[in-house]
Amino acid sequence: MTRQKRSHHKLKRAVAPYLYLSPSLVIIGLLMLLPMVTVVAYSFQNSAVLRRDPSFAGLKHYQAIYDDPVFWASLWHTLYFTCMSVVFHMTIGMIFALMLNSDRINPTLRNILRVLYILPWLFTAVIIAVIWRLLLEPNGVVNSILMQLGIIGSKVEWFSSPETALHAVTFANIWAGYPLFMVSLLAGLQGIPKDFYEAADIDGAKGYQKLIFITIPQLMPIIISISLLDFIWTMQVFPLIWITTGGGPIYSTEVLSTYTYKLAFSSYNLSQASASAVVILLISLGLTLFYIRYQKAR
Amino acid sequence: MRKRHSPKDRLITVALHVGLAAGLFFAAFPIYWMLSSSFKSNTEIFALPPTILPKAFTLEAYEAILGDPVKLRFFFNSYFVAGAVTVLTVLIALLAAYGFSRFNFRGKGSLNTLIISTQTIPPITLLIPFFGLVVSYGIFDTYVALILTYLVFTLPYAILLMTGYLNTLPRDLDEAVAVDGGSSWTALWRVIVPISLPGIVATSVYTFLLCWNEFLFALTLTKSTSMRTVPIGIQLLMGQHAFEWNQMMAMSVLGSLPLLLIYLIAQRFFLAGMTAGSVK
Repeated sequence: MTRQKRSHHKLKRAVAPYLYLSPSLVIIGLLMLLPMVTVVAYSFQNSAVLRRDPSFAGLKHYQAIYDDPVFWASLWHTLYFTCMSVVFHMTIGMIFALMLNSDRINPTLRNILRVLYILPWLFTAVIIAVIWRLLLEPNGVVNSILMQLGIIGSKVEWFSSPETALHAVTFANIWAGYPLFMVSLLAGLQGIPKDFYEAADIDGAKGYQKLIFITIPQLMPIIISISLLDFIWTMQVFPLIWITTGGGPIYSTEVLSTYTYKLAFSSYNLSQASASAVVILLISLGLTLFYIRYQKAR
Repeated sequence: MRKRHSPKDRLITVALHVGLAAGLFFAAFPIYWMLSSSFKSNTEIFALPPTILPKAFTLEAYEAILGDPVKLRFFFNSYFVAGAVTVLTVLIALLAAYGFSRFNFRGKGSLNTLIISTQTIPPITLLIPFFGLVVSYGIFDTYVALILTYLVFTLPYAILLMTGYLNTLPRDLDEAVAVDGGSSWTALWRVIVPISLPGIVATSVYTFLLCWNEFLFALTLTKSTSMRTVPIGIQLLMGQHAFEWNQMMAMSVLGSLPLLLIYLIAQRFFLAGMTAGSVK
């Protein structure tokens, strides 16, 4: 190659990556970053979207949210729903992964069960919601079984009484979400070197000691990163609650996303909804920064 | 060494199998109930005591759905939107992943962080500005609105997934093309794409499922019944006839078929896609 040709080639190599990335960057920039700036702008305007020349509102909409008891209730419900979901996703996922990983079960049975245990994960939130509505109908099969077992005396309206609704939606979400942990932990378990357990056997370690001192510490990186992601995603829950309870009864299952949605598309208060959406974004960003730091530290 | 066949050992094995059975009931009963209810008549669904197997097996719920053009349209919309988004996403993500995987350039690290962090942006935050944009550009209640908005959510994952895949491929292959005087563009299409099929399939599967499952944007950015997707269709069924449970279950079964089929046929790709965002 001549020198000129080589420098031309070099220039091409330098520009090429940006060309390859440009379609993605244009889409992310125009349809993700720009809307994020827009939603922040909306939150400082009066009657955003609805008017062509909205006036500046200052922090009015943030103040309105701060003063709204339903917002605080939604925040609390979101936290309860999310924390319980993550803890139980992890616990159930771990128990299932350990059971499936045991050498006491026949390999064929193991494979069949692994496929079946993943099933809840394959269903869309809307379908999960209608399945659980059917199961938990006052005249449904769950009440019927519980009454026959004598656990409950009369029919419980799981989704429509304020005392049980939040627990019921949380339970449905726990059912739907544990397989992510199970699959990840199962992969993690298979990656733990066998020597660790053999060494522990020689030292006469008991089963639970091996679990606490070998298995769990070895799985810790997976547990932490999946928990963080699960937390971020679960916090954004919408369809499950929208279809089962719609946030009710009397706000008892209202979460941040349903609260925001109703402000925007039932009350058409898009400015205040934007303020609420910004608050959700900030919480999410905080958690994401934490997650990225953790991933980089690994 | 573990002593096999001691009474204690046998007890542990029995306890494990009891645990497995309990787990199976927990995981599969709700799904079984959906399936069996879809083959019942609507009166049998709430029969007391509940019938575990349909007493009078009937396909009436499926006939009601498959015979109704309005409901078939939901399926068409879902397939069409998910298919279009998948093709676009895979193409665009492939290019970006190639850039990330095969080049060193200024700002690579921060762009990568940007893409990782966009994965966790709450949909509800983008919904309001999207609504504003979609209305002002006059694309409310169109396929374009859904396709564009879905693209934003599928792209970050697809890029990460494809980059991860391309990083596993040896660089000598595309360097050989460069030595022969071929451009990186030639190397991409002649060498990389043909051997990246597993990665492309995993990315497509994941993207398709993400679109197939989407609810919030479909709910807000479309309005007419002919533009609705399957998840919204199921919800509509609930609003219209509060008691047509067998039809809701049949539609749920039909709406889950793509996922179940992909899962059973291509488990490996499926799991690769589903855990991509979370495990490295």
